[in-house]
Amino acid sequence: MISIDQSAIKSEVVDLANLPAQDTALEIRNLDLRYGDKQALFDVSMKIPKNQVTAFIGPSGCGKSTLLRCINRMNDLVETCHTSGEILLHGQNIYDKQVDVAALRRNVGMVFQRPNPFPKSIYENVVYGLRLQGVSNRRELDEAAERSLRGAAIWDEVKDRLHDNAFGLSGGQQQRLVIARAIAIEPEVLLLDEPTSALDPISTLTIEELITELKSKYTVVIVTHNMQQAARVSDQTAFMYMGELIEYADTNTIFTTPKKRKTEDYITGRYG
Amino acid sequence: MENKSLNKHISGQFNAELEDIRNRVLAMGGLVERQLEESLDALASLDAELAQKVIDGDHRVNGMEVSIDEECTRIIAKRQPAASDLRLIITIGKTITDLERIGDACVRIAKAALDKRLNNQQPLLVSIENMGRHATRTLHATLDALARMDADNALELHKEDAKLDKEYEGIIRQLMTYMMEDPRSIPAVLDVLWAARAVERVGDRCKNICEYIIFFVKGKDVRHTSYEDMEKDLNM
Repeated sequence: MISIDQSAIKSEVVDLANLPAQDTALEIRNLDLRYGDKQALFDVSMKIPKNQVTAFIGPSGCGKSTLLRCINRMNDLVETCHTSGEILLHGQNIYDKQVDVAALRRNVGMVFQRPNPFPKSIYENVVYGLRLQGVSNRRELDEAAERSLRGAAIWDEVKDRLHDNAFGLSGGQQQRLVIARAIAIEPEVLLLDEPTSALDPISTLTIEELITELKSKYTVVIVTHNMQQAARVSDQTAFMYMGELIEYADTNTIFTTPKKRKTEDYITGRYG
Repeated sequence: MENKSLNKHISGQFNAELEDIRNRVLAMGGLVERQLEESLDALASLDAELAQKVIDGDHRVNGMEVSIDEECTRIIAKRQPAASDLRLIITIGKTITDLERIGDACVRIAKAALDKRLNNQQPLLVSIENMGRHATRTLHATLDALARMDADNALELHKEDAKLDKEYEGIIRQLMTYMMEDPRSIPAVLDVLWAARAVERVGDRCKNICEYIIFFVKGKDVRHTSYEDMEKDLNM
């Protein structure tokens, strides 16, 4: 019988259940969330690995965007919203009273479905966060702008018109500009909420390519309706359904041999 | 794993395509099974007409392999199947290759039946008849397991190949005795040997198909693993 060295074939799979602390970017523990009387998240626990792309998938209203928003406390803006449980960043619960939410959001950047550049020049868009932080040294700002725009794979397209209005860019370019703005302040975690759902297929591919590059420097968490996109860009995939985390595993497993029937039905299009 | 649902996609068209391709594989299996039975019958009775029919029928098996393969490619391109759908397409794509090769084995057996030298060597054919029946039963049961996607059954059938291998070894020993006793029988004996070899290969192909069935049902690639490991995977 020919024996095969399985380790040579299998790509590296992260053991999500026993992820060591130094490889964990975020740990969510028993997170419940209510909007008024309606419970939107039920006892979600998961570890999100560092420098990897983690995708949340699931049908509309399953709580995936809600969960994403919890990670930088965007839900604080909703008055009726109440959370319990913990989200640990560097071992500290981000819902602790003494946590500075503004500092948290500097550390956990977010990009939304529709590109939302400010009505300013491309350059000012990128350095906006740094200016807020009080950086005014021209050279420092220039360097940050170039670094971020390069990081967001848009530098070559805009380098000769940095002072043009950002609204003159195409949708895909605007979205990459927004990503540049998010990484200018060098966060650790980047949250992407359906970043390509308003873009054409080519821009989508550019963004996907970018996401793959971003993970060398940042931990990326992405919510997407497009399952093939999750399959293409993510290392880990979490499937959510009716506010519960149904299955969370490496993307290869989820898309070839999911363990749970609900996951199977969703990703094969048997449930809508 | 609780995922043997083979219908009920939101897309009715996708459902129909998967159902259609499954049916076509089973039809191809039925055709190959008949080819095997007829080739063995032809050899047992040295029926040249029947043997020729088997040889002429092989192009239909080949044609089915090509058209099912095309359909698999089309489904992958258009539907991007995932999870059990993806495993079904992969299973089918591999299964039809093995079925086609079983078809080739039938042609080999039928060609032996056409050999005039065997006319006065009937005793040589007795042992191959038994082995042929065993191979036919194995193929039938394998196609049954494929139709029902029954992994437990596939695991049991997986063992049949070793038995067929043993029978093949027995036949070789027997044929060697014939050759030593009467060197003039060597050309005829070699024909029988090739036919026996073809029957033995049917067992190998059935074993492969059983492995694909287990892959589809359990999502585990059990090729090149021991029976014990396979059993462990199946009981997961």
